[in-house]
Amino acid sequence: MDGILLGLETALQPSNILICLLGVTLGTAVGVLPGIGPTATVALLLPITFEFDAVASLIMLAGIYYGAQYGGSTTAILLNLPGESSSVVTALDGHQMARQGRAGPALATAALGSFFAGTVGTIVLAAFAPPLAELALQFGPADYFAIVVLGLIASVALASGSTVKALAMIVLGLLLGTIGQDQFTGVPRFTFGVRELYGGLDFVSLAVGLFGVAEIIRNLESRQSASIVTKKVEGLWLSKDDFRRIRNPVLRGTALGSVLGVLPGGGHVLASFTSYSVEKNLSKDPKKFGTGVIEGVAAPESANNAAAQTSFIPLLSLGLPAHPVMALLVGAFIIQGITPGPNVINDEPELVWGLIASMWVGNLLLVLLNLPLIGVWVKMLSVPYGVMFPAIIAFASIGCYSIGLNSWDVFAIAGAGVVGYFLIRWGCEAAPLLLAFVLGPLLEENLRRSMIISRGDPSVFVTRPISASLLLLAAVIIVVAVLPSVRRKREVVFQGEDD
Amino acid sequence: MSTDSSLADGAGHRPAPFRPDLLAGSTFILFGLAFAIGGSRYDVGSALRMGSGYVPLALGSLLVVLGLLIMVMAFRGGDPAIRDVVRPPVPWRRGGLLVAAILFFGFFVSGLGLGPTLFVTTFIAAMAGHGTSPLKAALTAAGITALCLVVFVALLQLRLPVLGEWLGG
Repeated sequence: MDGILLGLETALQPSNILICLLGVTLGTAVGVLPGIGPTATVALLLPITFEFDAVASLIMLAGIYYGAQYGGSTTAILLNLPGESSSVVTALDGHQMARQGRAGPALATAALGSFFAGTVGTIVLAAFAPPLAELALQFGPADYFAIVVLGLIASVALASGSTVKALAMIVLGLLLGTIGQDQFTGVPRFTFGVRELYGGLDFVSLAVGLFGVAEIIRNLESRQSASIVTKKVEGLWLSKDDFRRIRNPVLRGTALGSVLGVLPGGGHVLASFTSYSVEKNLSKDPKKFGTGVIEGVAAPESANNAAAQTSFIPLLSLGLPAHPVMALLVGAFIIQGITPGPNVINDEPELVWGLIASMWVGNLLLVLLNLPLIGVWVKMLSVPYGVMFPAIIAFASIGCYSIGLNSWDVFAIAGAGVVGYFLIRWGCEAAPLLLAFVLGPLLEENLRRSMIISRGDPSVFVTRPISASLLLLAAVIIVVAVLPSVRRKREVVFQGEDD
Repeated sequence: MSTDSSLADGAGHRPAPFRPDLLAGSTFILFGLAFAIGGSRYDVGSALRMGSGYVPLALGSLLVVLGLLIMVMAFRGGDPAIRDVVRPPVPWRRGGLLVAAILFFGFFVSGLGLGPTLFVTTFIAAMAGHGTSPLKAALTAAGITALCLVVFVALLQLRLPVLGEWLGG
């Protein structure tokens, strides 16, 4: 409780409210652009936040993240162009509502559902992160190794598409993470004598390349033909009947999202898909789903946002990112000189609680400001793609260059963009790679440390109860993921994604 | 290479192997080999005292195995997730322009400074668009350059010179 008060005190300082507002607005403005999902938005705007001190920059980042998610739902509803897989479900019914002239209620439902879910998610986060961090302080290197493995394996199971390809992307990400100076011996690895690579590949460049440039190349495959269904959005208020209809879906979506969000590797995607199918199954008239029912917007949007909130739990308590945006936040922590892990919550209470409270403030700002500003966002949607993507290239280049004034960080964008474009085209997902890239050094460090402690005896991973059970869980997940029956079910859950 | 010959063999009497899987598999094999061979040149060490090369060698070998599995998948009907999706051809020229734009920025930003580099970068990038004429690209580039200078130099005050040392900035 003290923590929340401290957090509110931090987050409600006028300068921090302003920062949060700036983040939310920028996040929405970029996130609303078609084809740019939350991950790309956060990666693109990340360098801007380095101008501020640690607390302010993380508050701004969280604001950008929420704004980007909200912007993504707006694009999904108005254009039927979901920026990231988690808003695919929102587009199903949301876009149909927009075509029927009910874009206003759809957007309002998304915003209100998200706000409610975000509030609940914040409370869950505040309740569970500290005890988990406490527990994590007792983890040895072997346990940490096991939990990283579990996180990576879970991200494979939750990825859509082929399991083998997702595994290969993870291993590739881990390998890319070994570039740079070896943290144990100081030997520069795979740097080809380039001094600028001693610090490793820049993760912002990797994220911008994989999620931004690769997507632009994909969009250039064919002429963009998306058109806005409605230039004017009217009637933002929900009727009494609408409120009655969304109440239970929002509650169920929030509950599902809060639980699933903790899962590593894409819990928020799973949450929005699951909550949609739950609503469909509970409905008296399941056939109507997909034709523009308000429940089909309310449930996945709440689930998505609750999950977005609770996915901070593993980050703030264990230092483990649950999905690519969290991985970017880990990078931001490190650039600010803070090592994410169980100690952060005790060492930097102002930072952690301020971040948690500002998420709630950010959600509130979204509802208060973005609904009235919807006209501005719709205008952003009408920026032609031919103008938009050169601007993204410019922002990406300046952003990555400005972090370290290092040309190699810019070259890395191009490299990651090209490799990412082809791998994604060949059915490999980018998210596991980025996650593995960030977790790679942690994995190697703890592996080597545990082997030294155990004097080279690999049984240390199965004799310690924590690491044994985590690794067993990982093994179960991987067996289950490749079993054909589960695979079919997974395909049903993810079927909307290939459209 | 082996990829080409297997393609030729498969075309005759049985269904052709699924190309995206072959390409993905061989990409992973190439990366895996590069890291494994590179890793073996560093001190590999033992399980007790792992050297700098241990983890890259182990993971690189694992990646080769996974790449081979994906190649096998190509001969068994291909990845069901993308098998039936028809994709437009790869936009080589447009993608190439995009990459050239980014590389230009990386090579010249320190010498030419932010202003001129941005203009050329965004001009090259804009030329990748569908139906963008050079005039339109130049106008787009001028607009974006002005916007970026206002945002990054005037508002955010990044320490990037607008004109580089080559231009006396």
